[in-house]
Amino acid sequence: MSATIDDPRVIEFDVRTDEMLVNMGPQHPSTHGVLRLVLRTDGEIVSEVTPHIGYLHRCAEKIGENLTPRQFIPYTDRMDYLAAMNMNLGWSLTVEKLLKYEPPEKGRHLRVIIAEMGRIASHLVGMGAYGLDLGTFSPFLYAFRERERILDLFEEVCGARLTYSYLTVGGATADLPLGWLQKCSAFLDQFEPVIAEYHTLLTTNSIFIKRTANIGILSPQMAIDYGTSGPVLRGSGVDHDLRRDGEEIYTAMYDGYAFEVIVEKDGHYPKDHKYPRVPSEAVLGDCWHRFYVRMLEVMQAIDLVRQAIERYSTATGSYGEPLKLTQKLPAGEAYLETESPRGQMGFYIVSDGSAIPWRVRARSSSFCNLSVTGPLCAGCLIADVPAIVGSLDIVMGEIDR
Amino acid sequence: MSGQAFTDQLKQKFGDKIAGANFENVDPWIEVTPEGIVDVCQYLRDEPTLAFDYLNSITVVDYLHTDEKKAAKSEWQPHLEVVYHLFSMQHKHSLVLKVMLPRWLNDATGKLPQVSTVSGIWNTADWHEREAYDLSGVDFTGHPYLRRILCPEDWVGHPLRKDYEMPLEYHGIRGR
Repeated sequence: MSATIDDPRVIEFDVRTDEMLVNMGPQHPSTHGVLRLVLRTDGEIVSEVTPHIGYLHRCAEKIGENLTPRQFIPYTDRMDYLAAMNMNLGWSLTVEKLLKYEPPEKGRHLRVIIAEMGRIASHLVGMGAYGLDLGTFSPFLYAFRERERILDLFEEVCGARLTYSYLTVGGATADLPLGWLQKCSAFLDQFEPVIAEYHTLLTTNSIFIKRTANIGILSPQMAIDYGTSGPVLRGSGVDHDLRRDGEEIYTAMYDGYAFEVIVEKDGHYPKDHKYPRVPSEAVLGDCWHRFYVRMLEVMQAIDLVRQAIERYSTATGSYGEPLKLTQKLPAGEAYLETESPRGQMGFYIVSDGSAIPWRVRARSSSFCNLSVTGPLCAGCLIADVPAIVGSLDIVMGEIDR
Repeated sequence: MSGQAFTDQLKQKFGDKIAGANFENVDPWIEVTPEGIVDVCQYLRDEPTLAFDYLNSITVVDYLHTDEKKAAKSEWQPHLEVVYHLFSMQHKHSLVLKVMLPRWLNDATGKLPQVSTVSGIWNTADWHEREAYDLSGVDFTGHPYLRRILCPEDWVGHPLRKDYEMPLEYHGIRGR
């Protein structure tokens, strides 16, 4: 739905319509939770978007000041509830960084399996819900069919289907059950060919391309300036992934794994010969590219899980016993960001030497990704606002904390 | 980053605006005076060899013991710390800056301490500073539109202050 005239506002100026404020949300299907957007519109053209957030604020940081790190794990689940495993991991690693604790080898591979499976589940929701935003229902059902099987696998591991609290400070609460790896591999074998269906349904669908290509273009400079991360940043062509560029305590987890950062370099994505070509309408940094990066990351996650399964099965020793619940923390402070599906999730812990942290801070990736909507939506059509906000793939639980 | 040599280099350039440094912590930090933060940040972003073009987060930590016995034994005086986590996309290195502020401006309870905004340097600072103002009560002077972001607009107080007390009621909802 791209306007052909240079500045679409010019058309509206001729028509002389009245300026109008339109409230989108807080209860609106395409705002992914309780997000309120105030649009200043002139006819069909949006000149200004102001996001209002905080409807889901649960004082997570204040709660963190009153609990020990291991007691805080369930609260991290409820931040990004679509990738709770990755939230657990981010917080655990931050505390481990403060403790200068290194999880055993087996525990590291276990974490890679779990974190990458979480990434697949999360991106499946992102993909399905994005289809819903644009008015197509079926991809959502296909995505949830596969996600269900990942949730079944997670349920077998820890008993929960949404808020897992499985990965914890020190390692994990339990080892993987017997026969789980075979089930996981069987799922991956079945899942991999299905991805071609998703590409047919969305990625190469001409209506989908018309709705997303050349819409909401985010330049790399702006992406960095606004602190965006994850697929939003890489969709703009910035070569940055914390699994490769992060701090050592985090990259050590992926040490020795073969993977490429999913980003467009010289006009093509890594391994793109296997996947649909970039359509000619798409411009780097638009909604289509952000979506495509997510889809390729699913493929990459499958590959990483396979590698991790192999390493995990040959690794010996412990998977990492959890830390004592009331273990005293050393005085000091540590900040760590990890690559969660939606971007760089940062945790900051300040300790005064007791078992309960002095200050806990969660730097949310969706929070920064959402802050770019204002400049991104200026000058677009009202119908494009859901397409742009959906392409950022936000989770309100993480923004409001 | 932020080794002794780097700190000395900054000290040479900015003199008294660099107030100190800590290298023992897991993440070493450099302390900057409230007056110097904008100049230092501008330099850190624009100097090609440093190129800190990415602001990860702004955090405010409140140092106050509400328990008098603990306060008497404490090593520090009550104060606020504004912590800036920076990163460079180009060089893949990071840096932590700190600004120490009094808990209240001129020790007048209720008047928010002030520090200049860095939202002119990194746009992402806009929302981070709004959050810091909302939850921890720091006035970022020069901010384009400093207003609450997570709490409702008519909320009273700053919840992440250690002496904060939940209101008894809010629009007919019981607070505690």
